[in-house]
Amino acid sequence: MGAKSGWYWLFLLPFIGTLWPPFYSSYHPTLAGFPFMYWYLILWIFLVAILSGIIYFIDNR
Amino acid sequence: MHWSAFIVFLILFAIVTVLGFSASRWHRGNMDLIEEWGLAGRRFGTFVTWFLLGGDLYTAYTFIAVPALVYGAGAFGFFAVPYTIVVFPIMYIVMPRLWRVSKQRNYVTASDFVRGRFDSSLLALAIAITGILATMPYIALQLTGIQAVLTAMGLAGHGFLKDLPLIIAFVILAAYTYTSGLRAPALTAILKDILIYVTVIVACIAIPVELGGYGHIFHVAAAKLPATKGSLILSPKLFMAFSTLALGSAFALLLYPHAVTGTLGAKSGKTIQRNAALLPLYSLALTFIAILGYMAIAAGIHTKDTSLVVPLLFLKTLPEWFAGFGFGAIAIGALVPAAIMAIAAANLFTRNIYREYFAQGEGPNREAHVAKIVGLIVILGALLFIVAIPLQYSIYFQTLGGIWILQTVPTIMFGLYTKWFHRWGLLLGWLIGMIVGTSMAAQESFKTSIYPLHLGHSVYLGYAGIWAIIANIIVVVVLTLVLNALHVSNGKDDTASQDYVSDPSQAVGQ
Repeated sequence: MGAKSGWYWLFLLPFIGTLWPPFYSSYHPTLAGFPFMYWYLILWIFLVAILSGIIYFIDNR
Repeated sequence: MHWSAFIVFLILFAIVTVLGFSASRWHRGNMDLIEEWGLAGRRFGTFVTWFLLGGDLYTAYTFIAVPALVYGAGAFGFFAVPYTIVVFPIMYIVMPRLWRVSKQRNYVTASDFVRGRFDSSLLALAIAITGILATMPYIALQLTGIQAVLTAMGLAGHGFLKDLPLIIAFVILAAYTYTSGLRAPALTAILKDILIYVTVIVACIAIPVELGGYGHIFHVAAAKLPATKGSLILSPKLFMAFSTLALGSAFALLLYPHAVTGTLGAKSGKTIQRNAALLPLYSLALTFIAILGYMAIAAGIHTKDTSLVVPLLFLKTLPEWFAGFGFGAIAIGALVPAAIMAIAAANLFTRNIYREYFAQGEGPNREAHVAKIVGLIVILGALLFIVAIPLQYSIYFQTLGGIWILQTVPTIMFGLYTKWFHRWGLLLGWLIGMIVGTSMAAQESFKTSIYPLHLGHSVYLGYAGIWAIIANIIVVVVLTLVLNALHVSNGKDDTASQDYVSDPSQAVGQ
């Protein structure tokens, strides 16, 4: 905790990225047949996992 | 009657039954203690916790209900994706604090924490009752997952026989939950998830191949969804409803009693944080499960009973024995969370109602005994609920359950960070939130939790739980200011700030 918890602000990113539908409510561009809305949200699943992993490593440095 | 599907289903069900009963001998502990029966001695590591929390996060009901919603409404059903994305940052930050203070002070439920923090058995009772009320219909709904696959396999009999397979499944569940406690769902969760991942991976490769690829599936869905007033891309009218539902559901999920039980069963705060990074794999599976709704549209599945969308899709597009495998996964996916939920409700009842009001000062052995009996009652009660009462009511109650659980956020989550909020303010805020949320859902005839809020000349379509918690928080803050100004006692805090920040294992070295 302490100084390290400043990194926790990064956790706001998934909220902004996924809870603001105007960012992603469109069909194009598609990726492998998936409309934008769908692959964009799938991308965020990976991003939130990576983000949690990074913060875990910072916390336990 | 689909025999080969049924035989595979039956074999899987038999394996899970054996596992459930033998779980009591796994990491053997004294089952006469509530910490052993109800939290498995707080010793689950990263791996088991991952399966256990995964079992909470997506259940048979999810497997059936999410594609059913997507099948009719399209993009809106995908609120489940941002919901299960933002839940992990919340989990990472908040839940280890709850774990640590619970470990330090031997708390078994979130209400135990509230009792200790605010010195108010009434506030703890309010939180416990909210949890139990929200959990009961959720257990009942797990049964619908089993019912759906039984119906699809042609096992829907008539009269008394109609519910017989369901009754057998739940009696078995009740029996091994009684003997093995939280160890049973933890061990069966491992099998359940292997089955579910195999099913999802195979279904998401084989079905699109059969149907002409993902591009084609999305095309057909886009063309056909308007017929059911749905759309493939979220319409701007629904932006706020989509986001508020996702956000509210994420906060609520972690405070459901079964999520708290799953969390407190972990070995350390770090175990929970590691899981925040590893659990999103379930969100990925969930996304593809949701897409099954579009696959059903593209496969030309027509059914009035949308809970049959996925079972019918499997039967139509996959080899029959593999459909049976998937059905087994769904049915076992119902039993795992149902067991955790029953245990969580039993812990709440025993610790925060029975011990508090009926049997003060009784020993821990008595507590474990009562918890086991209550666990049985909860499971059989849920069974009665689903057999005797129209399914629709369970769904209504479950909708309300999410709204209700959200109203415990100020007391539990804020309470983990500060003692500033006043206990009487929290209690009244909770009450106002419950009333506002329930009446909003009632105005929508309980059919949806989305409520059009009129402010001046504008209408805001959003999740009733969010509107209710805004009212809740306003009441809490205003009353806290007033009560603190009047120097009304906020009770004796049983916890110390050190309890929240360090793992006991680390504290030894400091």
